[in-house]
Amino acid sequence: MAVGASVAEGLPSATEGRGGSWPGVSVAPTFVDELILEVGEEAGRLLGCLQCGTCSSACPLAAYMDLTPRRLIGLVRAGAREAVLGSRAPWVCASCYACTMVCPKRIPITEIMHGLRRISMRERTFPRRFPTPVMSREFVSMVARNGRSTESLISLKLYLKTDPLLLVRNARTALRLLRQGRLKLRPARIRGRRELRTLLDAATG
Amino acid sequence: MTTMPASADTHTYPYYPGCSADGVGRGFAGSLHAVFERLGFPLVDLVDWNCCGATAWPSVDDSQALALGARNLALAERARPGSEPVDLVASCAGCYRALLRSAEALARGPTRSRLAGALEAVGLAVEGRARPRHPVDVLVNDVGLDRIRAAVVRPLTGVRVVSYYGCQLVRPLSTFDDEHDPVSMDRLVEAIGAEPVDWPLKTRCCGGSCYCGGPVIGAMPEATMQLSYLLLREASRRGADVIATVCPLCQFNLEGFQDQMARRFGHPLDVPVAFLTQLIGIALGIDDRRLGLHRLLRWRPLPIRTVEPEAAGHARR
Ligand code: SF4
Ligand code: SF4
Repeated sequence: MAVGASVAEGLPSATEGRGGSWPGVSVAPTFVDELILEVGEEAGRLLGCLQCGTCSSACPLAAYMDLTPRRLIGLVRAGAREAVLGSRAPWVCASCYACTMVCPKRIPITEIMHGLRRISMRERTFPRRFPTPVMSREFVSMVARNGRSTESLISLKLYLKTDPLLLVRNARTALRLLRQGRLKLRPARIRGRRELRTLLDAATG
Repeated sequence: MTTMPASADTHTYPYYPGCSADGVGRGFAGSLHAVFERLGFPLVDLVDWNCCGATAWPSVDDSQALALGARNLALAERARPGSEPVDLVASCAGCYRALLRSAEALARGPTRSRLAGALEAVGLAVEGRARPRHPVDVLVNDVGLDRIRAAVVRPLTGVRVVSYYGCQLVRPLSTFDDEHDPVSMDRLVEAIGAEPVDWPLKTRCCGGSCYCGGPVIGAMPEATMQLSYLLLREASRRGADVIATVCPLCQFNLEGFQDQMARRFGHPLDVPVAFLTQLIGIALGIDDRRLGLHRLLRWRPLPIRTVEPEAAGHARR
């Protein structure tokens, strides 16, 4: 990072809080600084990552990730912004917190995964034709509208938008659920829908 | 049949059902109500609660995700005015985790004042009295195992139960049990006279949250199947008569696709997967329909062993 580059607005200086700063010298914010803003102070612990791989060995989904949690954290620290934000790993993550529980440096890996999802969603770098981003979007827009989510309708949309074949493959299970009264087809709604909208708008600021 | 006396100390809990309560998780909400009522601690549904945001909302906007939980906590406090803490029972592990995150953010997060402001904009407030609680925690630590044991009219003698806690029940913010080797569910299984079966996969992810609540394996069928299969194989290898779950997503995920898995992995699978509250309900002598046993996709009567003659009088209705 070039010495003397100006600090982008709103971001803390890269030297802030770790080792202090030299008078008259400012350092451009790093990807880690950006994540600290996105996820919170604890995300800064990733600077102390040992690259021990405990997280990857605990992760039940590592085999399905293009970058394992250990590599992802390593690349974040190295500032490989593009590689990290284009990765499907955060979208494969099941939020099971197994990695977070075992990390010897107490790095909030799961929360970092969520933070990476948010940045890649904003910058539209998330992997295309991958179901989880589509699912998240559909879920959010349904709940923003109704105040509740209706599982069947979200799945239906997901299938149509990603892989209509799944609809056929899962039709039998869906029919059985319907028979047992476990598949609701009408969207659930709350009364305070307008109140919820106001709340959500106020929360993003 | 003995019924618990509805004595003066009857205590009600506000209850957050979560979106799957009238979908795939119907049997859970129904049996939970029935069991808590029978034990003398009725649950009262929170009025006009909203979705918790699951893990989908934190993938898009975290402040909004936290605000969703904050509204539910505020509604719970409003429903219980006073200065006492309000224990909001949340049965879905995903909702429980989301509500805990909101409670934490309201107590000490950096977005605390913004959240309070957002609530204020709709005439709500959180004083910090509302505490999300999972029914397993409440059953073990508030209701108590003694009370449950005393209410059992039909002990599930000899029924081998594998307890599947799931990943989000005991972490990251939940504190009522050990995060790696929890025991609460096993203690409840023991209290109803069944045989808890130990296994190493109690908190291993079932893959359910890969699809943030879709009722049919959606986002990543491959991964989800693989993860669930691992759990089911291990449970049947240990001779489980039934797997007990306490999360609508886990339950459905483990129950719904056994035929597909058997075909995919070339190994027959047939393990009933029920909600722990349904098993407790059976032991308390609650009607099968009330417990929603007819809503399970794969169910057969439990192999309850006939009790030795000297204990028979106690066990039979
Ligand atoms: S477990 Fe923690 S310290 Fe070890 S590689 Fe993973 S993130 Fe780094
Ligand atoms: S939280 Fe995500 S990254 Fe961590 S172990 Fe679970 S699936 Fe893997």
